[in-house]
Amino acid sequence: MSATENLKLDEATQKELATFLEREQAQARVQQSIHTFTSLCWDKCITGTPSTRFSRGEESCLSSCVERFLDTSIFLVKRIEQQRESMMGPGSS
Amino acid sequence: MQARKEAIMNQVRSELALSNAQELINKINEKCFTKCVTKPSTSLSGSEETCLSRCLDRYMEAFNIVSKTYTSRLSRERLE
Repeated sequence: MSATENLKLDEATQKELATFLEREQAQARVQQSIHTFTSLCWDKCITGTPSTRFSRGEESCLSSCVERFLDTSIFLVKRIEQQRESMMGPGSS
Repeated sequence: MQARKEAIMNQVRSELALSNAQELINKINEKCFTKCVTKPSTSLSGSEETCLSRCLDRYMEAFNIVSKTYTSRLSRERLE
C-alpha cells in the first residue's frame, strides 16, 4: 500500500501528495548530505579552539572540503568503472 | 479535501523541519563537547561555557557555509 492509500483521498489528491512527498524527500536527502559534510569538514578544518569568528583559512577550508569531497566521489566512480571495463575485456559491456 | 491535503503537507513539512533541527542540535552537542570539555569534572567551568557558546555559533556558521557551497555545486552540475 502506498503512503497515501490509507487516507481515503481521491486519486488526484493522492497523485499530488505523491509528487509533494517525492520533492520533500529529495530535499531531505540534500539536507542529510549537508549534515554529513558539515560534520566531516568541521573535523578536517576547525582544528583549534573555537573563537568568535572563523579565520579566512577556516572558511575557505570548509568550502574546499565540500568541493573536494564531491570531486572525490566522481573520481572514484570513474576509477571503478574503468576497472570494470578492463576486467570485462574489450568489446563487452 | 483541500484542507486535508494542506494539513497533511504541513504536517510532513514540520516533521521534516523538526528532524532536521534535531540532527543539527545532536551534531553540535557532540562536536562541541568533544572540543570544549576535555576533562569532565563536577560542573562546567566558565571557560568551558564560553567555548561551548562560541562553538555553537561556529558550527552553525560552518553549516551555512557548507550548505551554500553544496547547493551552488548542485545547481552547477545538477547532481542529485
